[in-house]
Amino acid sequence: MNANQNILVKLKDAGFKINDKWLVQGVSLQVEKGKIVTLIGPNGSGKSTTAKIALGIYKKIEGEVEKYTNKIGYVPQKISIDWTLPLRVNDFMVLTESLKNEIIDEALSLTGVIHLKDKNLGDLSGGEFQRVLLARAISKKPDLLVLDEPVQGVDFTGEIALYELIKKISDELNCGILLISHDLHTVMSATDHVVCLNGHVCCSGTPMDVAKNNEYKALFGEQASQILSRYEHRHDHIHTDEGKIKKN
Amino acid sequence: MFDDFFIRALVAGIGVAFVTGPLGCFVIWRRLSYFGDTLAHSALLGVTLAFTMEFNIALSVFIISSLIALTLIQLQKRTNLPGDALLGLLAHSSLAVGLVVIGFLTFIRFDIMGLLFGDILAVTVDDLLIIWVGGAVILLILKLIWKPLFASTVNYELAEAEGLNPDRAKAIFTILMAAIIAISIKMVGLLLITGMLIIPAAMARNISSSPQRMVIYSIIGGLLSVILGLFTSLEFNTSSGPSIITAALFLFILSLFNIKQSIKLKN
Repeated sequence: MNANQNILVKLKDAGFKINDKWLVQGVSLQVEKGKIVTLIGPNGSGKSTTAKIALGIYKKIEGEVEKYTNKIGYVPQKISIDWTLPLRVNDFMVLTESLKNEIIDEALSLTGVIHLKDKNLGDLSGGEFQRVLLARAISKKPDLLVLDEPVQGVDFTGEIALYELIKKISDELNCGILLISHDLHTVMSATDHVVCLNGHVCCSGTPMDVAKNNEYKALFGEQASQILSRYEHRHDHIHTDEGKIKKN
Repeated sequence: MFDDFFIRALVAGIGVAFVTGPLGCFVIWRRLSYFGDTLAHSALLGVTLAFTMEFNIALSVFIISSLIALTLIQLQKRTNLPGDALLGLLAHSSLAVGLVVIGFLTFIRFDIMGLLFGDILAVTVDDLLIIWVGGAVILLILKLIWKPLFASTVNYELAEAEGLNPDRAKAIFTILMAAIIAISIKMVGLLLITGMLIIPAAMARNISSSPQRMVIYSIIGGLLSVILGLFTSLEFNTSSGPSIITAALFLFILSLFNIKQSIKLKN
């Protein structure tokens, strides 16, 4: 069984190919309870593919995936929904699990879209829909959250608040989070472990470790490296009870 | 009570409408109307087989339709032909083979019109039993697989990622499609079964804002179509299938006015 009881999902040398073209190869990582693992890397580096391997969406894979939980919340990067379905936000919230009304309301309030509850899903803007997706994923109080660019299309202030929310959820539910993001600034403050992908794992470790890594510098440039290393000293705010940020 | 053929037809039709309502919604949501057509066409082969081997028609149709569905899945995996070409291939070849076999069965008096378009005179008490018991089983199974089936209809990857096993739900749904065709063939006829599935559901789509409501309206639409259609059939001596489908079309057209009204209200 699971030697370390805290492990939620573990990839061992995992890879996936379509028509003999490798999308990603040789990825080893693990997500533990209460920890945030972030995947970074340029476009087409296999971040979403890695997430889908971890989730079990791709089945014919190389290597191994061990999943120790089925309570999973997923925010996909792309989602195409067919509008032949009459679907309100409320219907979408209970898509994979039946939930009490209060729990739905709570999750929608946390991501700031409670006023959209009875709206048709097709009438939402990109940012609103993204908030609903996040609310749906957290509402079922999962053990593992897989968030593939969860704040894309969300306005700037909303983005910061949502990342704070993600961090808060990780602490409160003690759930593990596999996060994919481009935004080095915002993410790094909360991340425990960074995996830098470029078709394979180019480097991994704490944000500081990765920032110092030469392959990372080559991939993202010197500036990105400075962002990461500087981050350790950027504590210019405190967290209030509601999960909001207060500037010092 | 079931002595009168018309009462029998009415009870049978009501039973069918309860099942085609929810299944029809999935046919629309999952874009399966041509798939339904293909299964229905293949039903003719099932009927002829039932006659030659003196076997129960519904059961025979169910088996043949299920086999055709499995064949389709295999063909999709093994060939590069597009889905609609494969559907057409199976639909027309199974229909053709069925008709050829009928040609050989000269020793049996065959009401081919009844087969294609439904015949209320042909509904027996046994058929009622098959429709209501079979229908109840179909609805029960649909209720059990509702969550994974609906979730994967909205988004396959979400359902798969969150552990709902959508592939199994899809396979079971395919079997349910074969089953509804088997039990409704006498009422509506094999050429019009898909109409019974999609027209009430399409009507429901026009007037509903949530999936649950669409299912309920679809059932109500189906029931009204059956009742209206059968009375027309009795009154004007028309085939039951076309009468029911025409009634359904009438309701669909009415539902279009509802859309116009709500658009006007919005503006």
